[in-house]
Amino acid sequence: MRTAFAQTLIELAARDDRIVLLTGDLGFSVLENFAERFPRRFFNVGVAEANMLGLATGLAKQGFIPYCYSIATFASMRGYEALRNGAVLHHLTVRIIGIGGGFAYGHAGPTHWALEDYAIMRAQPGMTVIVPADPAQTANAIRSTLEHPGPIYFRIGKGGDAAVPGLDGLFCLGGVNVVREGKDLALIATGGISTEAGTAADLLMANGIETSIIVAATLSPAPTAELSALLSRFTFVATIEEHYLVGGLGSLVAEVIAERGLRCRLVRCGIKRLPDALGSQQFLRAHCGLTAAGIANTVKSALA
Amino acid sequence: MTTTARSLRELVLRESHRAHVGHLGSCLSIADSVAVLFDDVLRDVGTGNEHRDRFVLAKGHAVLALYAAMHVKEMLTREELSSYCADGSLLGSHPDHRARGVELSTGSLGLALSVCAGMALGARMKGTSSRVFVLMSDAEQNEGSVWEAAMFAAQHRLNNLIAIVDCNGQQALGATKDILDLEPLGEKWRSFGWNVHEVDGHHAIAVRAALTDGLSPQLPTAVLARTTFGKGVSFMEGQLWWHYYPINDDQLAQALDEVSR
Repeated sequence: MRTAFAQTLIELAARDDRIVLLTGDLGFSVLENFAERFPRRFFNVGVAEANMLGLATGLAKQGFIPYCYSIATFASMRGYEALRNGAVLHHLTVRIIGIGGGFAYGHAGPTHWALEDYAIMRAQPGMTVIVPADPAQTANAIRSTLEHPGPIYFRIGKGGDAAVPGLDGLFCLGGVNVVREGKDLALIATGGISTEAGTAADLLMANGIETSIIVAATLSPAPTAELSALLSRFTFVATIEEHYLVGGLGSLVAEVIAERGLRCRLVRCGIKRLPDALGSQQFLRAHCGLTAAGIANTVKSALA
Repeated sequence: MTTTARSLRELVLRESHRAHVGHLGSCLSIADSVAVLFDDVLRDVGTGNEHRDRFVLAKGHAVLALYAAMHVKEMLTREELSSYCADGSLLGSHPDHRARGVELSTGSLGLALSVCAGMALGARMKGTSSRVFVLMSDAEQNEGSVWEAAMFAAQHRLNNLIAIVDCNGQQALGATKDILDLEPLGEKWRSFGWNVHEVDGHHAIAVRAALTDGLSPQLPTAVLARTTFGKGVSFMEGQLWWHYYPINDDQLAQALDEVSR
């Protein structure tokens, strides 16, 4: 997904002089092409994320559209107050690119796991929060939000992210994408973990359970209208996310169900607590029940 | 004391007394620098001109001195100034960008220099002649992000970025030297690659010289303005109490008398 981001930004920057790319000294083998092509609009600010978000605020005040690149934890947390009092408060076109959400930096350990990043971003009114599911959706999301007013947080994968079947790279700001239709229940997923939903649906189908899959890439503003229309057709939904349960997609869906008075039971699949071991992204997902089999089992036991 | 500086002190004292809101010590320590900036330094301030100089008060708690200067320069009416800290007003005890003429909302120390560096960089990228002046507090130098921004500005030779540090020696719970001693602060800024001047912050000619002829064509400039907390009012000078408390009627009368001399 990060390569999709970088390629798309080059394409946009070639025709829009307002685009500036800042990095907190990260992006080896990802950002070089942009830096070579647009050296005057590329700034490695050093390992100084709070300053990066302040600089971006000042650049946006001068009419630029700065994209701030770092690992999702550093991008979202170190400069949070600078973001809050800067781009959010002044409603400026600052974009934050948080790389490697969830357990993407598995072996690197908890300092590198972004498990609460989009919860804290959702908490800021006026902050658009986008969590693309695959590289094609990342490219589309970056492209289609160029002119969007106000700040945006993108939480994207690190690399090697598979395409989500049926998504075809579609992205609709403030909406959701139905990538599979089934009448018995709905799985709602966000981010790279969305690929597991399809396999989980296959496993459920083996038990005669027909599953819809909804990809929710916009977490703020909440896709309330589309979700409530879709969920009114179901009595059972499960959310899937590589993020703590508090404040993420599961919370968002719970808010929609409660506030719209839907008669729909919700099961939230996500990360309940910090894993007590390190490992690959796949290992850590499995540790938290976030594999296709784990999700299918959670759903089946909730239905039983 | 210049005429403008005297006016600022009088307005600060009267409005603080009316609103029953403190932070007088800082407003009085920056009054002379703010007067010089608005009288002699800032170009096209308060206009919508893209080439205007930007002024950002990083030490937002001293905003009453800024509002007073904006009033003296006819950017705020007397009536607007008198809405300071009134319910429903945009003129609170820290700058709010939604108020006309305020470039940046501040109040959390340590964040403004980064934004100003971004504004200065953006001005240069656009090819405008705009300069960015930012007035920080000495306690603000405790914040690490100040030094992140200082390194960036020097690395990119932002010669259109000018930081003024109001070295009044006080911070919220005591003297800066007793809490986190900043000295030698001039050497710190110099070692970070800035063009540095240390001046008597109440000496208008010295402040003006540093902010005009003292600017560098290559480097960002830091002006350390050595000041006295509560300057101009004998019973406030160097007294931490006046970081917090407003003045009563008798104190106002005495203070106005002292600053009018």
